[in-house]
Amino acid sequence: MNFLTLDWKTIFPQLLKGTLTTLQLTAIAISLGFVVGILLTLGWLYGNKPIRIFCRGYVDLFRGTPLLLQLFIVYYGLPRYGIRFSPFVAAILGLGLNSAAYQAEYFRGAIQSISQGQMLAARSLGMSEFKAIIHIILPQALRIVIPAWSNELIYTLKYSSVAYMIGTTELMFAGKIIAAKNFRFFEVFLVVAFIYLIVVLIISHFLRMIEKRAKIPGLQMIS
Amino acid sequence: MEPIEKNVLLRVRHLSKSYNKEPVLKDISFKVKKGETKVIIGPSGTGKSTLLRCLNRLTRPDSGQIWLDGVEVTSSKTNINKIRQSIGMVFQDFNLFAHLTVLDNVRIGPTRVKKIPKREATELALDMLSRVGLVDKAGAYPAELSGGQQQRASIARTLAMRPKLMLFDEPTSALDPELIGEVLIVMKNLVKSGMTMVVVSHEMGFARSVCDEIIFVEKGVIVEQGPPDELFLRPKHRRTKEFLSKITELYGKSEG
Ligand SMILES: Nc1ncnc2c1ncn2[C@@H]1O[C@H](COP(=O)(O)OP(=O)(O)OP(=O)(O)O)[C@@H](O)[C@H]1O
Ligand SMILES: [Mg+2]
Repeated sequence: MNFLTLDWKTIFPQLLKGTLTTLQLTAIAISLGFVVGILLTLGWLYGNKPIRIFCRGYVDLFRGTPLLLQLFIVYYGLPRYGIRFSPFVAAILGLGLNSAAYQAEYFRGAIQSISQGQMLAARSLGMSEFKAIIHIILPQALRIVIPAWSNELIYTLKYSSVAYMIGTTELMFAGKIIAAKNFRFFEVFLVVAFIYLIVVLIISHFLRMIEKRAKIPGLQMIS
Repeated sequence: MEPIEKNVLLRVRHLSKSYNKEPVLKDISFKVKKGETKVIIGPSGTGKSTLLRCLNRLTRPDSGQIWLDGVEVTSSKTNINKIRQSIGMVFQDFNLFAHLTVLDNVRIGPTRVKKIPKREATELALDMLSRVGLVDKAGAYPAELSGGQQQRASIARTLAMRPKLMLFDEPTSALDPELIGEVLIVMKNLVKSGMTMVVVSHEMGFARSVCDEIIFVEKGVIVEQGPPDELFLRPKHRRTKEFLSKITELYGKSEG
């Protein structure tokens, strides 16, 4: 094992580019998952029967099948119906729609942990159900969900590595190319692992800061 | 249309409600005049909370009508969110919005529901907080307050909507004994200020000193109603007498 004999001048920019792609992929996918996840949760908890069934079905479907399979269906399956995406976009859709299912579960848990009295009090002031959700339920649920959501973000970051299977040129992909070219799998993958680790640590740190800042004074949060 | 009767603010007629075929309220009728305070008493599980929740339609009754100031609350054509703005409700466990400061709790109704400009709403909220003696806690969060303070804040939140009618569902029964007094004082001041109130409570000191009528409910029916002294001194029904002596024993006479 010798890191020094590797050609860092060419390797480093490639890894950096891969890292940036991984970060972009993760950020967009988690955001997509956030928006879709919230909608799924609201539909699940407050929708009429068909909407509830759809939202539950969505969550069960995406949690019950492998992520890689979902990526393959988006990337290799959909073109049969004339829907074609670049590897990057396909990866965003696959990861994002998958994460949405998990985020919906977390949001639902958070909302259900809020006392029913909060909704009753809001409605008794004359708030519509929608207003009560926006002003009372969601602000509390989003605070409660931060720890679980932090895990989801970190999972998404790490799972984004499977996007290399459909040819997205993210960090894993870059590592694989470099390793194969230099026949130095161990060292290169160790460096890639190190990069993932650093990114995860930095993100965790920021999320903990956010969690602290979002804490409601005096309130013991159970999570 | 409802027959106009002078000064009647709330009229309840033949209200019935069942849960899973189990009747909880059976043909309840009563009225409350402007400025009156009625205290509802009755054993646990007898339908008192259900009755209050029907009044602002947090629960939908199966049959019967409720009229507030000439508007039929129970009509499906009535904009219930509009009606609820004029019916304040105070809960046993306060239900202050946990993520908002006391000031924001009181302000959120006026700003988000009534669309009052923020500055005006702040003034209004501070005014209400001073009525319940909590201006100095305006910046605190609910979890930082004692139960008595939380209940006073929740009363201020309700008052900020300028309701015509206020409903109280056992407002002091989640409180430590030494905190009950401060809430009862606020409620008595409301009575004096001319607020119309329907209060579910077993604080007989409060009932005897300020309420106009006690309504004794048992198993979903009104057994007896009348001025407190009449019920205490000359109850018509044996059950009324038994129940009153039981709660007097339980809660004491002098509190409040
Ligand atoms: N949402 C509900 N679903 C089913 N049953 C209910 C519901 N709410 C109340 N009940 C039942 O209706 C009955 C009356 O309940 P309610 O809460 O109105 O009684 P209460 O007089 O307020 O009692 P307490 O003094 O304990 O507060 C009880 O038997 C209760 O179990
Ligand atoms: Mg009750």
